[in-house]
Amino acid sequence: MNSVAEKPKHVDPTDFAAAAINQALSRERKIKILSDMVRIRRFEEKAGEYYKGKGGQTFMGGFLHRYDGQESIAVGCASLMGPNDHMITAYRDHAHALAVGMGMNECMAELFGRATGCSKGKGGSMHYFAPDKNYWGGHGIVGGQTPLGAGIAYGLKFKGLTGSCMTFMGDGAVNQGAYHEALNLAGLFDLPVIFVIENNGYSMGTSQCRSSAYKNCLAYRADGYDIVWDLINGWDVYEVRAKMQIAVERAHKECRPTVVEINTYRHYGHSVSDAKAKVYRPEDEIERYKQHFDPINLWKNRLVEESVVTESEYETIDNDAKAEAQSSIEFSLASPFPEFEDITKDVYFEVDEFTAAGRTGRHFFND
Amino acid sequence: MPVITYREAIRHALDEELARDENVVVMGEEVAQYDGAYKVTEGLWKKWGDKRVVDTPISEAGFIGMGIGASMLGVRPVMELMFWSFAYVAWDQMINNAASVRYMSGGKINCPIVIRGPANGGTNVGATHSHTPENFIANTPGLKVICPVTPYDAKGLMKSAIRDNDPVYVMENTLLYGMSGEVPEGEYTIPLGVADVKRTGSDISLICHGRAVLTCLEAAEILAAQHGIDCEVVDLRSIRPLDEETILESVRKTHKAIYVEENKPFCGVGAQIASLIQDKCFDDLDAPVLRISAVDAPAIYSPPLEKLQLPYPDQVVAKVLEIA
Ligand SMILES: Cc1ncc(C[n+]2csc(CCOP(=O)(O)OP(=O)(O)O)c2C)c(N)n1
Ligand SMILES: [Mg+2]
Repeated sequence: MNSVAEKPKHVDPTDFAAAAINQALSRERKIKILSDMVRIRRFEEKAGEYYKGKGGQTFMGGFLHRYDGQESIAVGCASLMGPNDHMITAYRDHAHALAVGMGMNECMAELFGRATGCSKGKGGSMHYFAPDKNYWGGHGIVGGQTPLGAGIAYGLKFKGLTGSCMTFMGDGAVNQGAYHEALNLAGLFDLPVIFVIENNGYSMGTSQCRSSAYKNCLAYRADGYDIVWDLINGWDVYEVRAKMQIAVERAHKECRPTVVEINTYRHYGHSVSDAKAKVYRPEDEIERYKQHFDPINLWKNRLVEESVVTESEYETIDNDAKAEAQSSIEFSLASPFPEFEDITKDVYFEVDEFTAAGRTGRHFFND
Repeated sequence: MPVITYREAIRHALDEELARDENVVVMGEEVAQYDGAYKVTEGLWKKWGDKRVVDTPISEAGFIGMGIGASMLGVRPVMELMFWSFAYVAWDQMINNAASVRYMSGGKINCPIVIRGPANGGTNVGATHSHTPENFIANTPGLKVICPVTPYDAKGLMKSAIRDNDPVYVMENTLLYGMSGEVPEGEYTIPLGVADVKRTGSDISLICHGRAVLTCLEAAEILAAQHGIDCEVVDLRSIRPLDEETILESVRKTHKAIYVEENKPFCGVGAQIASLIQDKCFDDLDAPVLRISAVDAPAIYSPPLEKLQLPYPDQVVAKVLEIA
């Protein structure tokens, strides 16, 4: 395996806290990572609560894919982003949104289908976007975002910017042709893209070994495209950051792609309506991950050990996150729905902006 | 007669065809061990085993293409798309390969494949998951496309689709899976290309397909009760092949027609039907042929708004009153 990523320099391979990028982490930023992970957890819990409805009233439609258990990935990766580093992911997209700095209000209001939502109530749970925060969504079609990630990297390179595009996908998405085509392009065109496989072991009800033919691991497929790859334990924020930083530097300094596979676990079903979440996964497996590999617990314990936070400070962080999630519910409930006329807005730029191009020919065909 | 759900009706069709023909294979994401994302294939893997009911990875281009290839050799794959929206990943296989190989081989090769799954809006899953591509498919010579709306039609048409020697693409609907209707026990089939008059009437023809049929039936009740207008509701069932005669017969009787569909208007099925009517029975018409379709934009997520984006009974009523 000649293209296995080099271990970070000056690092005890079992303790990624020693990596330079982690040594440079201030107390405040360590706490920020913790509070962002907790905020994501509490956001997802609140969303789940209202997704099910209350007192016979429903508040949301469609699907809700929760991120509980995987928080260290979105937050760890976002903590490395500089001004020209970007993110794109699939439909399990709330965490990345909050991690790059989108507010709970706009995210929750989107689930409630309100005009104040991040996509004005048009996209829903699977389709969050914040280009002003270098966040390109939120994509519902499995694997469909992977060439887009390569394209954002292409755009950065084209414009002469030093940056990267972290392109997230699940362990099931690696079997889409689009991903393989994106890998080839990234390798061929030297694109500063980082493909991040969030391997939670399952794609809906199908385990990794029932969906993928592979040697070594899923990331190893990159070897065939001469792209450097690495494996990461997702439950350790330090490890996520240390190894992702190597990929970010490769993108910045060499303008080359990387594939990382981050092991993780989702605590709940594929979506809130996954009735068999406890059938295709043994109950003790779920419990083991919740008990021993919850990235929030592990990070909190680590920070307590390091005397960065106390248990009572953690409680404050948690209470603040709960209060913020609750207030995002109130914000959403108080927000208006889009107007009927809004359905045909945001379809064409030229029409919305009333440009010359938008005024020739007919664009819409009702009556 | 037993009353079963639309979902069960399709399952019975699959089960009976699995029993009838050893070349039938049911394949798709989560169809086997998970019992189907929408439980259409529930129990089939337990009953028929790994060879006949097969779980696939999330690789639509690959497994749909594989099904088309296998069908060229005489296997009869019934492929499930978890959503028809995911067909676009496999579009080259479905449109280029399946539709053209018979023609390009001068008739030496055919593709007896069925591709089925839900194609509908109305469930707030957003633009990427709400596509209704029946018009694209009908636009492609070599392909057949059907849109059953009742359990009875779903079963009878599905069995014909599986026995058909050409590619048949079946549009189901997640909002219909739980709906019940009478389905006789035992063997029956409904030929493709035969429309069904779901309600006879004398004043106006509401021609439609898919879930819009139910919208029209509801509107017809309102129009009868409140306005004394007697609507005929013609369900195409099969888009291509198309039962032109039933449509024309109805219009010759009522002299007025509205096409109602949940698809978008531009080059929609309704456009083809409007053209057909003016072409073949212009002199019978007392009013222009009107159309109702989804509001012409990608599917909006917001639940109360998406309700307004798709045709609803009062909208049909209002449209009928414009010309009745
Ligand atoms: C092209 C396409 N096929 C199927 C689906 C339905 N689907 C949505 S998520 C999913 C499983 C994906 O699993 P994975 O990539 O492991 O991501 P995870 O859900 O575990 O985050 C499937 C089959 C889809 N959205 N798009
Ligand atoms: Mg997964």
